[in-house]
Amino acid sequence: MPLPKVIGTEIEYGITVQNDRDFDPISSCVLLVNAYRENEEAQILWDYEQENPLADARGFHVEGEKYTPNQQENIARNKTLMNGARFYVDHAHPEYSTPEVTNVRDLVVHERAGERVMETARRAASTLLPQGSYLLIYKNNSDRKGNSYGCHENYLIDRRTPFKDVVAHFLPFLVTRQIFCGAGKVGSENRSTPCTYQISQRADFFETEVALDTMVKRPIINTRDEPHADREKYRRLHVIVGDSNLSEVSTYLRVGVSTIVLALIEDRALDRDLSIVDPVKVIKEVSHDPACKREYLMERGGRLTAVQMQQEFLEAALRYFSSREIDPITKDVLVRWEQTLGKLAEDPMQLDREVDWVIKRKVIEEYMSRRKVDWGHPQVQMLDLQYHDIRPDRGLYHLLERRGEVDRIVSDEEIARAVEIAPDDTRAYFRGECIRRYPDAVFGVNWDSISFNVGEDPIKRILMNEPLKGTKAHVKELFDASPTATDLVRNLTS
Amino acid sequence: MRISRHADDRLAVVWKAADQQQKKKQSGGDGDSSSDEDGAGQKQMAKKGEELKEEMDSLIDEIDEVLEENAEEFVKNYVQRGGE
Repeated sequence: MPLPKVIGTEIEYGITVQNDRDFDPISSCVLLVNAYRENEEAQILWDYEQENPLADARGFHVEGEKYTPNQQENIARNKTLMNGARFYVDHAHPEYSTPEVTNVRDLVVHERAGERVMETARRAASTLLPQGSYLLIYKNNSDRKGNSYGCHENYLIDRRTPFKDVVAHFLPFLVTRQIFCGAGKVGSENRSTPCTYQISQRADFFETEVALDTMVKRPIINTRDEPHADREKYRRLHVIVGDSNLSEVSTYLRVGVSTIVLALIEDRALDRDLSIVDPVKVIKEVSHDPACKREYLMERGGRLTAVQMQQEFLEAALRYFSSREIDPITKDVLVRWEQTLGKLAEDPMQLDREVDWVIKRKVIEEYMSRRKVDWGHPQVQMLDLQYHDIRPDRGLYHLLERRGEVDRIVSDEEIARAVEIAPDDTRAYFRGECIRRYPDAVFGVNWDSISFNVGEDPIKRILMNEPLKGTKAHVKELFDASPTATDLVRNLTS
Repeated sequence: MRISRHADDRLAVVWKAADQQQKKKQSGGDGDSSSDEDGAGQKQMAKKGEELKEEMDSLIDEIDEVLEENAEEFVKNYVQRGGE
């Protein structure tokens, strides 16, 4: 049996300040993160002691210096929120990590809640800038000048699954899944073949198959082995190859289908070899073929299109679930995956309400034909960027959403709730509720720990090694019996 | 805002219906309808096509209202440091 899939995403946003000659991204990020005030009492450290980003899933450690900021700087760069999320400064970008969730629907809700947190902070921070200056934030992955920033997905998988199986099966899946979840990009960069429009924001940046790096020589499979959970039992697969999506359907398919394929890998239900010859080259070729008609050489011989490769994964999934119980969300993902692949095989432009790269392409093409401009025109490049603008009144995706031109998965009410409340079926519930109930007593947080400063006692760190413990069902009674943090710590340690 | 969204939803339904009708015709599944009905259907589809075009015109106009000015300068100045 595959493990229940605990999932979450980390999204880095693009940031700039209008009308500021001395724009500095790092100080702008710090300003942004600190402008988000949900709880004045909370002064919570991000607990780096638990982190080890230099451990490699293939079994070795890499030499290097870990980054640990001093206490004041730490608090200025990190906010852990009542909804269990982390809103922080990562290098020169603002980043939002969703709380851990157990299904892709909740993932969509919480990722969109992150967009709202970003926008609330953006407005608040802009009021602190000199008159006429304001922050702009983009949920995209490239500045089209060769600089990329990430959208990372995390999937909890069984450590007993050999990592080589993950590499063998998940790599060709990742190379081709962009056809239903790419965010679209005008032109190419990073010395990639010139083109007018391509499927993925990120494909141009991938230079190797498997590695630990995320910033240089980016790998299709990232080997960072930092489970943020019981290391004997779990692996957290850190997927760095995807685009940030605006379309809810695209996010839902990207993460939902990936979750399904990982379950198949854990259960050894993928028997056909779907390895592609030269995947690093092919990931770019797939991105540069919006018609989705090109064929690629397979290791086993013969040629397949990206759609056909995805259809082989789909068929394996349908066989797998034909003899098993299936939850309604997984079933819905399967149905949509099948329909989407059918439309991609026929004519991808039919997906102009569901798939970001198609939605964006259609708007740009309609614009070009009416305004008599071509792909190289600055206005077209502006459309490409502004599609990702998070402002509800100026972002082009938001404009389309407001006009009902795109399909939705979740409701605005669910998103608003997720800005304040953690999912109740993972340890994020315990984390979020501790911050809500005892803001001045929480000293430090990491994904798998929370520590308290209560009175004269030394700091007490509570470990949360099990992502599926600390749920509402587990801790409601504990909270009811613990009006203060002192009570909580006593009840937990006695 | 809400009202216009409902209107757009209706339009999406109409669009899909028109699409299905067209597919049915292409596959020749509509053989038993009289030529009169076909004529009326075509007129109606032309009308819907007109509505869709107007809808797209209005979208593009709205985009022009929100699109940043000085696009060339704006896009040139959007430079990020690599992340992750």
